Amino acid sequence: MRRLLILGAGTAGTMMANHLRPKLDSQEWIISVVDQEETHYYQPGFLFLPFGMYKPKQLKKPIKKFIPKGVELITQRIDRIDPASDSVSLKKGESLSYDVLVIATGSQIAPQEVEGMLGPGWRKDVFDFYTFDGAKALRDKLESWAGGELVVHISEMPIKCPVAPLEFIFLADSFFQEKGIRNKVNLTFVTPLSGAFTKPTATEKLGHLLEEKQIRQVTDFAIERVDNEHKEIVDYGGRKVKYDLLVTVPPNMGDEAIARSGIGDDLNFVPTNNATLQTTIKDNIFAIGDATNVPASKAGSVAHFESEILTENILRFIKGEPLQEEFDGHANCFLETGNGKALLIDFNYTHEPVEGTFPFPGVGPLKLLEESRINHYGKLAFRWIYWNILLKGRPIPFVSASMDERGKHFK
Amino acid sequence: MEKQLAGLDISVDNEGYLTDLSQWTREVAEEIAEEEGIEMTDQHWKVIEYIQDSFRNQESLSMRSLGKRGPVSIKDLYALFPDGPLKKASKIAGIPKPASCV
Repeated sequence: MRRLLILGAGTAGTMMANHLRPKLDSQEWIISVVDQEETHYYQPGFLFLPFGMYKPKQLKKPIKKFIPKGVELITQRIDRIDPASDSVSLKKGESLSYDVLVIATGSQIAPQEVEGMLGPGWRKDVFDFYTFDGAKALRDKLESWAGGELVVHISEMPIKCPVAPLEFIFLADSFFQEKGIRNKVNLTFVTPLSGAFTKPTATEKLGHLLEEKQIRQVTDFAIERVDNEHKEIVDYGGRKVKYDLLVTVPPNMGDEAIARSGIGDDLNFVPTNNATLQTTIKDNIFAIGDATNVPASKAGSVAHFESEILTENILRFIKGEPLQEEFDGHANCFLETGNGKALLIDFNYTHEPVEGTFPFPGVGPLKLLEESRINHYGKLAFRWIYWNILLKGRPIPFVSASMDERGKHFK
Repeated sequence: MEKQLAGLDISVDNEGYLTDLSQWTREVAEEIAEEEGIEMTDQHWKVIEYIQDSFRNQESLSMRSLGKRGPVSIKDLYALFPDGPLKKASKIAGIPKPASCV
């Protein structure tokens, strides 16, 4: 018997297990998935949790519910990957050998990388919303917060779901309006980028929205430390931004098992071919989702598009055929803009988000880069799609892995 | 587009970053530095050489990697190239604007 080993049972790892099991002969191939957790979180929901728009229990289900029959789930911590012997050792000392390895260990926040971030103010007036616990703690804080300086901050790129911090501040604006205390709150968006987003057309559009909503922007801010005593964030150039409540996105890093294995970059991301998703570590090691260093957004939609292409490439690899270079960096995200509206962006390695219609060229019904209620309902409907279609590796109707260039207004 | 730098026609993008590193010379660098309000010292040149080497070796550049492996600390980088060291240093070094990306 040969073994295909998947590290990580998050969005990407789960999708790969579901894609591959029916395609690999079970007389010949064992598929094993290793993850230390027992709970699968619906991470896009962490954005809504602080505002009470979702309840905590709506965002978690057991991992094993999504692992298909015929796939072995091993609930253990990964110690390290040893490419030389084609094996992975687990924390309890067991070693698993593999013929093909898929790294899907994701990314997580690393607040310890910024001086003072984990200081006395952590989860008192300094919060993250990229973890279940962080989002829940922030919900409790916001319930009783009377107002003041709310600073939403990105430490450094890349981060998971790069639009989430913007969405957070838009939702905060609506949240305080509804509470009737918007006039007691100053909103500031602090980013290491030179504008609201990474791509020019969207940056312009989103910059206007920030202005409209009276949200101050502080750009090119490279954080050096959080000063808990004076309640300020300080950048390397000496600039300071005061906060009463800091909602920060700490640096995002790949799993520590990647660092222990000595195969990652400075941020523990795995060097991966942009188009084939084969790693540069060894031919039989592939990577997917947030764990890779490919210059695409770290987002579930990207992992979904990648999973279709990676499945084909793994099957080719097993047959000894050349891999196809197909992944174009396709990402597709709903972006909440507050007041029950959202906009939708669709982009890839070479095309930035533009205006147009989606998924049917010229028809819609969803409009790209334009606020609408239907986009907001699309975003809420996505939770159902996630649990019932996406994780199971079923295609999302009308949305293809490669970006459709029709119906879009490229410049 | 083309731009006159140190008496040469140099091809640059619309933000003034060189599009061809082979056209780079120390004189070109000094002129860009002057436009950015920077007077080049030995320390500056060390940083410039380091990031050119990284670029040639196709290593990705970030503030983090510079601070970790570069010739000076992040704090010093800000002192040398105020307000956005990575962008300014890249411009002077004749490499494309760093994609702080995705």
